[in-house]
Amino acid sequence: MITITELVTTDFFLFALVAGLSLALIAGPLGSLIVWRRMSYFGDTLAHSALLGIAVGLITNSNPQMAIIISCLLVGVLLVYLDKNPKISTDTVLGILAHSTLAIGVVILALTESVRINLEAYLFGALLTINVIDLIWVIAIMLIVISTLYYFWNDFLSVTVHAELAKTEGINVERMHLFLVLLIALTIAVSMKIVGVLLITSLLIIPPAAARKFAQSPEKMAILASLIGSAAVVLGLLLAFYVDAPVGPTIVVVATIFFLVLSVFTRAQKE
Amino acid sequence: MEASSAIRTNSGKLLLSAKGISKTLADRHILQNIDLEIQEGQIISLIGPNGAGKTTLVRVLLGLLTADLGNIYHRPKLRIGYMPQRLMIESTLPITVRRFLRLATPSFNDRIDATLQQLEISQLAEQQLISVSGGELQRVLLARALLRNPHLLILDEPAQGVDIAGQAKLYALIGKIRNQNGCGVLMISHDLHLVMSSTDEVVCLNHHVCCHGKPDQVSTDPAFLELFGAHVSTNLAVYTHHHNHEHDITGEVKTSES
Repeated sequence: MITITELVTTDFFLFALVAGLSLALIAGPLGSLIVWRRMSYFGDTLAHSALLGIAVGLITNSNPQMAIIISCLLVGVLLVYLDKNPKISTDTVLGILAHSTLAIGVVILALTESVRINLEAYLFGALLTINVIDLIWVIAIMLIVISTLYYFWNDFLSVTVHAELAKTEGINVERMHLFLVLLIALTIAVSMKIVGVLLITSLLIIPPAAARKFAQSPEKMAILASLIGSAAVVLGLLLAFYVDAPVGPTIVVVATIFFLVLSVFTRAQKE
Repeated sequence: MEASSAIRTNSGKLLLSAKGISKTLADRHILQNIDLEIQEGQIISLIGPNGAGKTTLVRVLLGLLTADLGNIYHRPKLRIGYMPQRLMIESTLPITVRRFLRLATPSFNDRIDATLQQLEISQLAEQQLISVSGGELQRVLLARALLRNPHLLILDEPAQGVDIAGQAKLYALIGKIRNQNGCGVLMISHDLHLVMSSTDEVVCLNHHVCCHGKPDQVSTDPAFLELFGAHVSTNLAVYTHHHNHEHDITGEVKTSES
């Protein structure tokens, strides 16, 4: 077994660490908005539909990362459009889309015999197989997401607190909602290799949930969530390596343990 | 009364007007051919039974809902301070009253402090919004509307959840704000007694405008009597003798008056 100093100097570990930390950083503010706006099912649906993007990308022989990004963005736009229609129950639509796109993706991938792909890697992530190009994608998208969040933070917050008040105060509520969904779509599209389509939402949501009780302001909650997420990535990565467990699920398990410990801690403090 | 002798105040500058507004929601004709005008410095109270379409009308005027028929005119660059009926705060969202108020408009702390003081809720500034009680929250919402320096205040049941002593104060305060800022005020209210003493014009709504005019005219209007019953009108008359008293009893206005 290699020592920790040897491990952290290997390329694959460093790439994995940087990619994971980028996601954790973004998960703080973005995940907080998802929690406040109760959009986790939105995230799930986008994530599941990403698998369809991979399948379509394979069939059309296009750049897989581009295919995932475009399909996630398209599904995002579709969801926002369907969500606007008062005659359709959003919950039902999300439920149908989330699992039908996942199923279609799996079926297409299975039927495409020419390509051998590791389905598990897409479902649960394959953080240790990340290469330089993947890393560049992750960092580029994360920079776009974090700068957009930073620039529009007050508007996002205002719309979250009370959409109608925000609208009468001159904020374009529909546009902000679309922006947020597209940011979630972009984040999910590049974090597939990190934790996979089935786990990505949990990494967006668990850190903010763990941070909630310790935060007195929206910004503090977002930053604290980023820190908790980062800690989960580092610990999860090391733990997965030493016990030889799948990395994505291990990170989520560590994040969940943080959440539970912090919840018990706040409860004990109150009593 | 039905005559178009809409009350005009001295300034008489039009802030907002609506003509022939109709809105159908889920096959119910909520609003039918509504005309309304709000001038600078004018306080208009919108009254009417539950489900009469008051909130729908306000939402149409604000542009939150589109009318099926009719036109809405906003004076160019009209700044509206809107106070919604309710504010549901996600329990997962930590936010202090001060931060909430700063969302309305980038304002300096001393302005927020001054507004909070005017509304007698200075002690709430650093409190978490979810821990604020109903009556206090109404005042926080009013503060947010005021911080926008509005030309027009639109208030959806501003005194909801406020105790009786507080209600009279709140309406007096709204009158005072109008006098200071010269803004127009449109408010929905159920508190007939209190509204009557603090408004320039009353619009009585029940899907259509039943009657409108000065408070004393409206309270004797047959349409008003039919809608609210004669006993309400009598109560209103009785009340005008007492409305300066401060009651420290809490509970329904009607029962405490009889």
